[in-house]
Formats: sequence, C-alpha cells, structure tokens
Amino acid sequence: MTQLPIAIAAFRDETQSPQKISAIVQADLERSGQFRGIDTGGVRLDEAARPDVALWRQKGADSLVSGSVVRLADGRYDVRFRLWDVVRGQDLGGQSYVVVQADLRLVAHRIADYVYEKLTGERGVFSTRIAYVTKAGNRFSLWVADSDGENAQAALSSPESIISPAWSPSGGQLAYVSFESRKPVVYVHDVATGRRRLVANFKGSNSAPAWSPDGRTLAITLSRDGNSQLYTMDANGGEPRRLTQSSGIDTEPAFSPDGKHVYFVSDRGGAPQIYKVPSSGGSAERVTFNGSYNISPAISPDGRWLAYISRAGGAFKLQVMELATGNVTAITDSSADERPSFAPNSRLIVYATQQQGREALMTTTLDGKIKARLAGQGGDIREPDWGPYQFQ
Amino acid sequence: MFKRIPFALAVLALVAGCSSGVDLDKVPVEDKNGAPLSTGGANAGNAGQSGVQGVDLSQSAIDKAGPQGVGRVVYFDYDSYVIKPEAQSLIEAHARFIKAGAARKAVIEGHTDERGGREYNLALGQRRAEAVRRALGLLGVSDNQIEAVSFGEEKPAVQGYGEDAYSKNRRAEISYR
Repeated sequence: MTQLPIAIAAFRDETQSPQKISAIVQADLERSGQFRGIDTGGVRLDEAARPDVALWRQKGADSLVSGSVVRLADGRYDVRFRLWDVVRGQDLGGQSYVVVQADLRLVAHRIADYVYEKLTGERGVFSTRIAYVTKAGNRFSLWVADSDGENAQAALSSPESIISPAWSPSGGQLAYVSFESRKPVVYVHDVATGRRRLVANFKGSNSAPAWSPDGRTLAITLSRDGNSQLYTMDANGGEPRRLTQSSGIDTEPAFSPDGKHVYFVSDRGGAPQIYKVPSSGGSAERVTFNGSYNISPAISPDGRWLAYISRAGGAFKLQVMELATGNVTAITDSSADERPSFAPNSRLIVYATQQQGREALMTTTLDGKIKARLAGQGGDIREPDWGPYQFQ
Repeated sequence: MFKRIPFALAVLALVAGCSSGVDLDKVPVEDKNGAPLSTGGANAGNAGQSGVQGVDLSQSAIDKAGPQGVGRVVYFDYDSYVIKPEAQSLIEAHARFIKAGAARKAVIEGHTDERGGREYNLALGQRRAEAVRRALGLLGVSDNQIEAVSFGEEKPAVQGYGEDAYSKNRRAEISYR
C-alpha cells in the first residue's frame, strides 16, 4: 500500500489555542493508513504564505497543509488552512471556520476530511462520531466521542451494564441494551436531548438492536417465545414481527446496506455461524463456513465486506470476508477481539480487544496493516459503534 | 432481681454519656404482623369508615425468600445448556415451592463466563435460563409464575480468569421477586 507523504506545518498561533490543530489533523490522516506524516522541523506556516515548494519536495512531501488559529474578540476562534500540492506547486484550496472553543477539535477533523477527500477522492470519516461503553469500578457509561476516541461525552451512566449501542442512520439516536431493570431491555436514546424511549421490554430478554438503513425499523433479538429469535419492529415501538424460526439461538442481526437482507448469528447447525435472511422473511442462507464459532457480523456500508469474530484455538479474532469471493483474512494478532463496526466510508473498522489485560478499542485498515489504539476514558472500554456521516 | 440493678444502672450511664440521648417514650413500636384492626365477628363486612384492610407482608417475604435450605444456582459446562443430573433435586424443590403459592414469582437468570461475544453470550445465558424454565414447566409450574432472562457475561459470580472462575460463572440463578 502506498501512503501519501504529507507535511502538516504547525498552524500560526495554535499554541495559544486549547487544541493543537495540526497534530490532530496529522494523527487523523495517519490513522487512515493512507498518509505518512513528514517531519516539518517545527516550521510554522500560515495559509496566506506561499510555500517554498522546492524545500518541501526536498523533505519528501507531496503535499502540505498550512494554517492559522486566531482568537476573536467574542471568544470564538477563526481557524483557517490551505492545502498545497508541492509536486505541481498547486494551491488545492482552503477554508475558514469560526467556532466556539468546544468545536475546535471538530474543525481539526473537518480539515482532515477536506485533505483526505482532495487527495484520495473519497470522503473522510474524521468528523464522524463513535459510541462506546466503559466500565470503571461498578459504573457503566455510554459515551459519544470523536472518531479518534477523544472529546467523549457521557450519554448515559448506570450502575448496571450497557451493551450493543447502535447509531441510527441519521446519527441522532442510539439504540442499546440496558440491564438497569434487572433484565436486558432495549432503549432508543436521543443523543442531543438525552430523552430516551423504552422500545422493547417483553417477557424474557430483549437485545441486539440493529437499524434498517431507512431508520424506520429495528431488528432485535427477543426470547418471549422461548429461545432468542429475531424480530423486526417499528423503531418507535409497537408489535414485533418474528423474522426467523429456529429451535436454537438466532441473534446479532445486521441489515445489509440496501436493506434487503439481515445478517445474523445462529447455532441452528450445531455451532454459531453467520447466516443471512431476506429482511421481509424467508429461508436463511449460511454465509460463514470456516471454523466452529463465528459471531458479531458487520457489513461495510459499500456492501463489499463482512467483518466478524471467529474463535480458533481459544482465541477470538477479527476476520474480514470479501462477500463477492468469500475470501477471508484474519487481520489482527490479538486474541480477544469483539464487536467490529465499519467507518461510513468502509475503509476502517473499529473493534474492541484486550491490551495488557485491559479492554481497549482499536481501529484498523481492512488489510490489517495500519492499526491505532483509540484514546478513551479510564477503565475498561468496549462495545464500539461507528456513527454515520454527519450533516455539515 | 437484686443482681440486675447494677447492670441497669450501667446501661443508663452509657446512655447518659451519649451526646444525643434517646427518649424512650418516643421509640416507635412496630407491629410486624400488620394484623387487621377489625377482626371477624359481627363487625366483619361492616367496617364503616374506620375499617382497615390489613396487608400481611410476612407472606410476601416468604414468597420472595424462596425455598429454605435449597440452593438456587444450576451450573453448566462450557458452551452447554444441558442441565446436569445433580441439579434435578434442586429444581424439583423450587418447583414444589412455586406451586405452593400462586403469588410466587421466580425469575431464572442465565449467565455465561466471559469468553466470547457479549450478545452471543446473552443468547447462550438465555438458553440456560430457558432450560431451567422448561424443567420447572415439566414439573407442573405455571408459565405465568416464571420468567427466564439472561445477563450473559455481564454479572459474573466470581471475578478472574481460568476454569475455576469460569465454571462458577456458567450458571442459572433462580431468584424470587
């Protein structure tokens, strides 16, 4: 894989800003696996200056980002940047953002998105959000954080476990499973207001919420008729319709991006494997064949890839299957991977794993070559779900 | 009688020594039986405005305590939801207890060890709870009195790694609510 060499000069006056914009931009671009940061030697360069392209070529850069941070009289910040192609000596455009202090990191992510899209031709995901759960002592918290794990804000705090957060396609709501009432029930939680609705509290266990791509339907796992089975229901609540019929476990539904199928885990063949079923119901088709324990399916938004967790020799490892060919690649060397979730541009996966005995979140490119550990709150960090693109 | 006087004085001295003494006249008297004030006879069914309908919490407490001297945890093998023969007498004792009172409600909580995915473990814990629920059903317990739920790997009985801890966490617990 070729990585684009890029120099991100320190922004003028960014040392007086609470966020070091250039460092956030560089870390974002490097995490994507498609960029390699070039040492700038501490050069400061603002967006108004025309760079000495020969000098940057000598340093090995193909492109350069320069910029400035100015604190305005009303306390807001004016952040400006410009992107240069130093091979051709071309100005690739720039932008200015006037924001409150709390949005400075968001601006840095937007700059990284701009650079990523200009240079790769694909939309960046740095200004999207990730939900995850932490356990610290006996406290469980559901967090909404930047795509690098930073800037986390607690959406819910509970003395009981929270699992399986799932972003609505609009990015405004999270469905999740809470154990606060001494059994698993499913809530839908409006992130901006904190208002939440109990959408599934049937007899037995209620779990594994998954949104249809149009946001109108939830697929969930209920045990109200005995073992765990899949149902679909209106996202606003209402009477569930049974989707699968088996005598064993059916769980972990995940809609295909076109909404036509639901991938899920079933032990109907004697051991957990991934299957798919038409979302309107019908007969299920087996998808995974290697090994005897394959769970937690996630489909990439472009529909090309299936990420899942496979157990082999007591280790749980993230796998990526190319759906068109059925080719499977193991992309980690860790042994306790859990719950993969794709970035909205289908280029990165966030997943939970263990590092030095602690639960941690990682991102990885689909080939497994570039991995980064996400920052996060103290304690064990788990159950990631990568949110959709946000409207700007 | 003579010998108890010094003891009573000592107690009084202790009370006096406290910074905030207890006024014995104000100690509330509890009636733990909550017996109805209008008791049978000619007044029954004619209680008037002063009638009180007694609620006896002692029965509810018995219902919630579950059968005395009987364990409430059924253990399972790895990846298994098959009830082992040694758990049968425990399940029979709970079935007898639940059937003895229509107000008795049992929740069977399934659990797994920490290995594997959280949602799949939730479903596996559910299968364990369902296995116990079905066993109780076969012994004549009404479905209205039992609910099978799962905590998956979220509430281990024992913290730690290794088969010793794991085997204690793969379980179904019968609790009364």
